[in-house]
Amino acid sequence: MEFGHSMRIVIIDDSGLRATVLEEGLREAGYDDIHIVPPRGAFVARLERMAPDVVLMDLGSPSRDTLEEMLSVSRALARPIAMFVDQSDEAMIGAAIDAGVSAYVVDGLRKERVKPVLELAVRRFNAFARIQAELDEARNALSDRKVIDRAKSILMAQRNLSEQDAYTLLRSSAMNQGKKIVDVAQALITASDLLGGGL
Amino acid sequence: MTTNLRIAFLPLTDVAVLAVAQERGFAEEEGLSLDLVRTTSWATLRDRLVYGQVQAAHMLAPLAVAVTLGLSQQPAALAAPYKLNVNGNMLVMAKDFAAALDPDLAGRLADPLGTAHDFAAAIGLWRRKPVIGVVHRFSSHALMLRYWLASAGVDPDRDVVLRVLPPSLTVEALHAGEIDGFIAGEPWGSAAVEAGLAETVAVGERIWRRGVEKVLAFRQNWMEENPETVDRLLRALVRAAAWCDEPDNHSALADLLAAPRYVDQPADLIRRALAGEMVNRAGEPAIPNPDFMLFSREATPFPWRSQALWIYSQLVRWGMVEHSADSAARAGAVFRPDVFRRALAGSDVPMPGASMKLEGAVHSPLAVGSRKGDLTLGPDRFFDGRVFDPERIDDYLAGFVQLR
Repeated sequence: MEFGHSMRIVIIDDSGLRATVLEEGLREAGYDDIHIVPPRGAFVARLERMAPDVVLMDLGSPSRDTLEEMLSVSRALARPIAMFVDQSDEAMIGAAIDAGVSAYVVDGLRKERVKPVLELAVRRFNAFARIQAELDEARNALSDRKVIDRAKSILMAQRNLSEQDAYTLLRSSAMNQGKKIVDVAQALITASDLLGGGL
Repeated sequence: MTTNLRIAFLPLTDVAVLAVAQERGFAEEEGLSLDLVRTTSWATLRDRLVYGQVQAAHMLAPLAVAVTLGLSQQPAALAAPYKLNVNGNMLVMAKDFAAALDPDLAGRLADPLGTAHDFAAAIGLWRRKPVIGVVHRFSSHALMLRYWLASAGVDPDRDVVLRVLPPSLTVEALHAGEIDGFIAGEPWGSAAVEAGLAETVAVGERIWRRGVEKVLAFRQNWMEENPETVDRLLRALVRAAAWCDEPDNHSALADLLAAPRYVDQPADLIRRALAGEMVNRAGEPAIPNPDFMLFSREATPFPWRSQALWIYSQLVRWGMVEHSADSAARAGAVFRPDVFRRALAGSDVPMPGASMKLEGAVHSPLAVGSRKGDLTLGPDRFFDGRVFDPERIDDYLAGFVQLR
């Protein structure tokens, strides 16, 4: 991508991980003038000094209004405009909005040059969303296990059960009530706390 | 068969009518299901509407005008056949700054002109040019703040710094000292007061007693192509709005809006604006203001063309758009009383006979001509007593003192 090298891209993002995922993708594609700026404090002044050609931002960031205001009044920047690349390409616009990417592009920069950047951003934002969902799932699974472990120890202490029996009891209660084991375990912990079972 | 509509909103108390239409069955009665899409910035709400990701939006009235005039990114003809509320804003300033103003809150808020002059004097005493947060360049809040400051000779583009930030970040920015105060829709002013960071300096309702606030905005094309769906939505909203204005419902409404999928702030803070019981300094008793935020009475939802033109006059005044007959016509046409009338033709909603009126001319409640039912217009004065005649925009603008 011989023209990629002269394009300065700034990623405004306060999720370090997503910005990194995007930056890596851009570097692999041959863009090397990439900067990450978190949208905090005087980020607008930093951005002005950088004079980017393309600004990428999470569509869900509450700081978009601040950024747009700055772009519309800045004398230092050449009026970047909000862009979903080709305004007539509805599929592209839809994909960008669904992925949660917004791009501001210096007026006059050719569409063909920006399109691959935005397409890449869309793919990477989607990839990030998948990673995020998997992480959340893993985290939930971990906390589920902790809840179940605690409920087991309550049963073991109060009813003199072995760990295996405690688990069997939880599981059969869950099956009888048509609930998830973790919900039964949580209810047991709450009840135990209320009754001062303290464990 | 149920028609599904996606409508974008920002977490603010004045999303009430949309939330109630969906949650209390008013939409369902019209065969609609509303998918309310929570959005964190006006830019994203605008993009979702302009690019067709949603069919309608809870939009700042001036932003709808600005998008139509091509002043805010991709130009698109928007149409607002329904006003979601009038009033509901406050200007709050950091306690240290407010210390230079009348300490008697009731007196301070009842006299916006005197307070504007005190504010002008306080600017020179402050440690820097005061930085005031506004939620958007094209917000009713920003236009009212500019109007109010200018009445005391303060040039809002020279004597203070207006910093744009979304409502949900205002309290945090005040806490961090990045701003010295802000004007925003509720519950954000109350949140700053409650946190002990700020006190109320001016109330929107006291600047313009019936100030245009949020509208229901559509893409004009889509609205024209789906008249039946639009009419059903407007009928549902009118009934939801009447429910929202009913004092007996304020607690339930506050509880509903407090949910994470809507405003995600404490119900007590939200209830204050609904009931018109604003606490203006932490720990002090509320000062009643029954007109703090209106949804239904006095034909609040009716989109007077003259109100779109008032917004336009202010955009011209502040150099945001060049005045021309064509721009004025396009701005005025954003408000669509014709669609409102069509949708509610068979209902018992009092319907104004005219589509324009003098803005700021009603001093006390006034019974007016209505196609059906009794219609009383509430006082709509501007605090400085000026009257806006939509047929004479040039004269109106010439009446303001040039600040530079």
